[in-house]
Amino acid sequence: METIDRGKVQEMLNQYQNQPVYIHVEITSGVYADHLNEDVFNAGTFLRNIQVEYIQGAIRGGKDGAYRVGLKLVNGGWIYVLGLTHYAINENDEFIMHGFDHDGKLASALEISSNEFFK
Amino acid sequence: MEKERHVLVVFPHPDDEAFGVSGTIMKYIDSGVPVTYACLTYGDMGRSLGYPPFATRESLHDIRKQEVEKSAKIMGLTDLRLLGYRDKTLEFEPPGHLASVIKDMMDELNPSRIISFYPGYSVHPDHEATAEAVLKAVEDMPPSERPALQLVAFAKSTLDDLGDPDIINDITGYEDKKEQVMAAHISQTGPLLKRLAAGTVEGQEAREAYLKLEQFYSYDID
Repeated sequence: METIDRGKVQEMLNQYQNQPVYIHVEITSGVYADHLNEDVFNAGTFLRNIQVEYIQGAIRGGKDGAYRVGLKLVNGGWIYVLGLTHYAINENDEFIMHGFDHDGKLASALEISSNEFFK
Repeated sequence: MEKERHVLVVFPHPDDEAFGVSGTIMKYIDSGVPVTYACLTYGDMGRSLGYPPFATRESLHDIRKQEVEKSAKIMGLTDLRLLGYRDKTLEFEPPGHLASVIKDMMDELNPSRIISFYPGYSVHPDHEATAEAVLKAVEDMPPSERPALQLVAFAKSTLDDLGDPDIINDITGYEDKKEQVMAAHISQTGPLLKRLAAGTVEGQEAREAYLKLEQFYSYDID
């Protein structure tokens, strides 16, 4: 993966606009978070192989290398992910954005693909 | 360690076998006991994607599959079964499903001992779901046919609640190979391997913790 290139990511978001796409969205503290540090509250989510269509996708932020991406959906809904630092386009043409925390562990993810993700 | 007919190891994630059990697995294999390792998921929702990251959420599946295959090879384990459930989802499978899968394996292999997690003391929901499924499968057997249960517990309250572990395996002689097993899971173990290799007090403590003894609790189902 490479650290986010804002221009390149925006270009990719534009490419998937106005067509049905599959997404993987994930935010996670990890299930060991409160085992390792009692002050932390475990929270997380993942949504996988959800089909949506967005009419506007944009990348914002960038302070200290962490970005936000928002997708405005055709039905008026939203997808919002905070804390993205890296991106890749893999051999299956899946557009992958990940956010790594200060320990180098995955904290957030937004992935977009024309085809379903591996089940 | 007693001579066993067959040992069945059941864990949810590739690398669950590495930290507290691989020395024991190797000792069984080297003494001629057949060992089967059933790993329920590919650990494909793990937060560690390498240090620095070399995997993605999408490639982690294949990478961890290769890692656990390498781990098995180092241990000399020939019966590795990857069941392919999605990481983090085990507790949401229909009630009884995993227990029946484990029951089928027990019917096939007739193990005299099962190594898995201790219910209530294994921290991760997938660990707990695995422990519950193993217990349910064993409970459903006639008492005389039940395998012995040897369970891993590591919740903070373990010592207070369960007392000292009653199965302690000395893995002297297996230090290097166990380190290789942990290194096989390189997407997950980078920082730990660094600690183990460090010539510091912390490094010494890590070596004491991982490379000398493996500790378990036996579990009486009644």
